[in-house]
Amino acid sequence: MGTVISNERLADNVYHLRVSGDYGGEMGQFYMLRAWGAYPVLSRPLSIHQVGDGEIDFLYHVVGEGTELFAQLTPGDSIQLEGPFGSGFPAVTGRVALVGGGIGIAPLLYCSRELPGCDVYLGFSREPFRTEAFRPYAAKLSVDVGGLILDSVDFAEYDHIFVCGPHPMLKAAQLKGIAAATSGSSVNVYLSLENRMACGIGACLVCSVSCKDGQRKACADGPVFLAEEVIFHD
Amino acid sequence: MIRIGDSSPGNTELDLTTRIAGVTFKNPVVMASGTFGFGKEYARYYDVNELGGISGKGLTLHPKAGNQGTRVYETASGMLNSVGLENPGVAAFLDKECAYWETLDTVRIVNLGGNTFEDYVAGAELIQKDADARGRKAVDMIELNISCPNVKEGGIAFGIRTCDARELVRAVRRATKLPLSVKLSPNAEDIADMALMCQEEGADAVSLINTISGMKIDVRRRRSVFNNLYAGLSGPAIKPIALRMVHQVAKRVEIPIIGMGGISSATDIIEFIMAGAAVVQVGTYNFMNMRAGHDLLRDLRQFMIEENIASLDEIRGIV
Repeated sequence: MGTVISNERLADNVYHLRVSGDYGGEMGQFYMLRAWGAYPVLSRPLSIHQVGDGEIDFLYHVVGEGTELFAQLTPGDSIQLEGPFGSGFPAVTGRVALVGGGIGIAPLLYCSRELPGCDVYLGFSREPFRTEAFRPYAAKLSVDVGGLILDSVDFAEYDHIFVCGPHPMLKAAQLKGIAAATSGSSVNVYLSLENRMACGIGACLVCSVSCKDGQRKACADGPVFLAEEVIFHD
Repeated sequence: MIRIGDSSPGNTELDLTTRIAGVTFKNPVVMASGTFGFGKEYARYYDVNELGGISGKGLTLHPKAGNQGTRVYETASGMLNSVGLENPGVAAFLDKECAYWETLDTVRIVNLGGNTFEDYVAGAELIQKDADARGRKAVDMIELNISCPNVKEGGIAFGIRTCDARELVRAVRRATKLPLSVKLSPNAEDIADMALMCQEEGADAVSLINTISGMKIDVRRRRSVFNNLYAGLSGPAIKPIALRMVHQVAKRVEIPIIGMGGISSATDIIEFIMAGAAVVQVGTYNFMNMRAGHDLLRDLRQFMIEENIASLDEIRGIV
């Protein structure tokens, strides 16, 4: 059980939840959270926004029953956290870009802290949030509102690109990665996928992802996958 | 006999054991197929040897990629799933997972599905052959999932009509000497009739209930959430129905019942046993509580002490 330090609304339906406690985790891993007893039955997977110094932070977008309950949390409330789960972003060296779209910026703050000197690209459809938190760690911070953030990223300039954002953005990043590779770039593109989950640990297979080598589990084999491995069906 | 530690009230000795077809379950808490993988994932969070048993992820003769699109959707007090039996196939299971199962001190149940009569039988034969080769060190029981669509009958599940299921149960019974439980669908025309048929065909037990067919429509997109249209409802929402069906079946058959459907507390387990179940299975509750098995057993022992129940045999089928 963790205790809520704060639960601040940052933008339309986006919240920053801070929980006290000694939690761990790697870049891109996630926790299963529940702030209720039996119902809703499923816990909610949220990626680590940042962790350390006696607290763990999450960003979430209110999209349904569970996140609506999160939004009602106030300082001092208890919340149950299980984790860290999943296979996150690799600890890479070289020229790194972090590219986040909307709530997809959530796992990238921790990455920027772990990989100082990386370039950070953040895109938002309307109101930007948490952009200043990246400034101390980013060599370059590029923020876009209303456009396509991927258009600002020259894939050939980087060795590794970490991407998290809405589905169309991930597909576009995959295509840009393939195009860069065709032009002789050796860039590795990593995508952090989002999927509905139940167990969170690889037992129930409801979050299965189609990959070149067969079905993989978003919760255990991912949520981070090499872009070229993922097969998008829609 | 389970010896309760000195910290427990009265230091009582409780008997939680049950035998089904010569297989001893150390307690009635078995993890349900599809919710527990092959046990390895949860073994990182508690000792799965505490459990009465594990029913592994449902297998088919050939590997299956499962369904595309959304596979899970939460409902009031439950969830719909449309995994579509994603699994590595019987041979890969025997090859890759059985070594782990050999190390477990709990009842290990292979859940077997199939889309054709021939696949079911071939799957059962493969499991039997492996069990013979290993000296039954990895698999204690087969649970036959007859809820799969019958390809030859236009996709209507084997488990709906008793006459469709009879030949299948008979053939699988012939194909294996391992203890056999048939997992029944609540969508069956008459579940008690189905259970009676299983008994007649030599099944050692029946497992019930599988998920209830349900639906969820995305009103903005004006289509079902699931590519497969319908999905299987599980969780506490279905418990009253499951309990009623276990009770009805218990009144009709002599063979043991493995009861399940929405169990999420020790008193739920007691209800199923009072309705006539020999042991129970726990599925969706694993997603509500990662240490479900451990916690349920702790609470079950506590309840037995409070209610002065020394053995579950005292209350089995009393309602």
